Amino acid sequence: MKIRLLDIAHARSGDKGDTANVGVIARRDEYYPLLAKYLTAERVRAHFAGLVLGRVERYELPNLGALNFLLHEALGGGGTRSLKNDAQGKTLASAMLRMELDIDDNDSPGRERHV
Amino acid sequence: MKGCVRIASGQGFWGDLLSAPRDQVRRGPIDYLVMDYLAEVTMSILQKQKRKDPSLGYARDLVPLMDELLPLLVEKGIRVITNGGGVNPAACRDAIFASAARHGIRGLAIGVVTGDDILPRLRDIRSQGAPLANMETGEDLSGVMDRVLSANVYFGAAPIVRALREGAQIVITGRTTDTGLTLAPMMFEFGWRETDWDLLAAGTIAGHILECGAQSSGGNFSADWRSVPDLAHVGFPIAEATAGGDVVITKHEGSGGLVSVQTVKEQLLYEIGNPAEYITPDCIADFTTIRLDAEGPDRVRVSGVRGRPATTSYKVSMSYLDGYTAIGTLTYAWPDALDKARAADGILRRRLSDLGLAFEEIRTEFVGYDSCHGPLAVAPDEINEVVLRIGVRGKEMDAVERFGREIAPLILTGPPSVTGFAGGRPRPSEVIAYWPALIPRTAVTPEVAVRTT
Repeated sequence: MKIRLLDIAHARSGDKGDTANVGVIARRDEYYPLLAKYLTAERVRAHFAGLVLGRVERYELPNLGALNFLLHEALGGGGTRSLKNDAQGKTLASAMLRMELDIDDNDSPGRERHV
Repeated sequence: MKGCVRIASGQGFWGDLLSAPRDQVRRGPIDYLVMDYLAEVTMSILQKQKRKDPSLGYARDLVPLMDELLPLLVEKGIRVITNGGGVNPAACRDAIFASAARHGIRGLAIGVVTGDDILPRLRDIRSQGAPLANMETGEDLSGVMDRVLSANVYFGAAPIVRALREGAQIVITGRTTDTGLTLAPMMFEFGWRETDWDLLAAGTIAGHILECGAQSSGGNFSADWRSVPDLAHVGFPIAEATAGGDVVITKHEGSGGLVSVQTVKEQLLYEIGNPAEYITPDCIADFTTIRLDAEGPDRVRVSGVRGRPATTSYKVSMSYLDGYTAIGTLTYAWPDALDKARAADGILRRRLSDLGLAFEEIRTEFVGYDSCHGPLAVAPDEINEVVLRIGVRGKEMDAVERFGREIAPLILTGPPSVTGFAGGRPRPSEVIAYWPALIPRTAVTPEVAVRTT
């Protein structure tokens, strides 16, 4: 089944030079395993094709039910060099939440798991 | 030793809500008011102001604010810690002393932390074996050496602690880490040592939660922005710190906004890299050890934090001039708003090319359609209006200035139903590029001076 990331996570983004970071946080603790399994660096890189030109790094914070992504070469040079309206990547968090995840039926949130 | 120290965030950046520091001081009990004023570009602007007038070079907003709050700060014994001293903390102190004199306040002790500004010593430092290569790209500094506008070492909490121990009620620093402003009063009040890594990490993480003002108390809240009450009177965050390192994040009773596990999580994730290695001059904090617990309305407990020893280097932030940009906008209305804006962009680019103007980059965005999410934006069927936003960047100011003269003509020589050219010609702005580097701690010495009126 398909799940909108917006429905299971919230997010905040910011900048450091030409690199943006996007923190993605599970809305409920039980959604974190879905993020950890399906929201891979490869998946994020494909989602941001054409917007993020460099590599994507992923870090896990299971204690906060969150993942942190570093999106390199994402801000048109960054700082005062960038010509982008969103030179600081403030809206990349909501761009991330546009994503749809293809979840295996066994992993669906809210569904009773068979033992 | 106090059981609990209340440290209040008064300003998340230079330009933040002016009423916030006043409200923090007036609306409830606090022990410390901490205010962050410095972004990376700020130091170059302040250096420029200081070159024009040697009595400037600090966050000028700080002086009228202190002028207003001084009597109350003195009466309540609230201490103030700020990096608003910029490149001239001593001049900032003198301006506040003048204000104290006007109020008839005596015995006010102000501490100043300097030594972070290494611009005058740049060549010496390099010849003494610190190359200051770009820590992100590895590039050698020599290529931009004669264009450097500012060079500042990030100091941590330690010099502020010294000033507090020497009795300062107000501490004004140059380039200090945002987190150090909040950690310092905890080290001072609880006698934490500079090797108590877990405690220093706990204070650093409290600092990270406070450093962007209301971003941890309901501002810019993505999870459920509609649920945040009364943002018009948003309460800025307060850290209630205890000697064992546990901290409760809260805000004044009766203020607007929201402190919840979710609002604190969002701020914790803001502008971090590897969460297990949050490096400051004071310690390395491990964000993967943080435990958050809701502890009643607008109260979140932060505990369990672990830290590791600080590195042997300081980070240096340098800025240099790297060309010019200009950005122009025009608004196109229904029908076919987006098509018209695209056609105008094509016409403008052709004219720039005919003029033989060379730029490093020409960038076109359509505000109302794709300026935030770029290629991820969903193409609209029909929109009522769209803003064509076109920018150029180049090394030559003349070419960038010439671009600015090509925007207005599009109104009478391009597609119809166009407006929104009220702001005049786009003018060239300087590109202040950022050069991060590392420097051995032994190459610089923080200087602390406390003076009393």
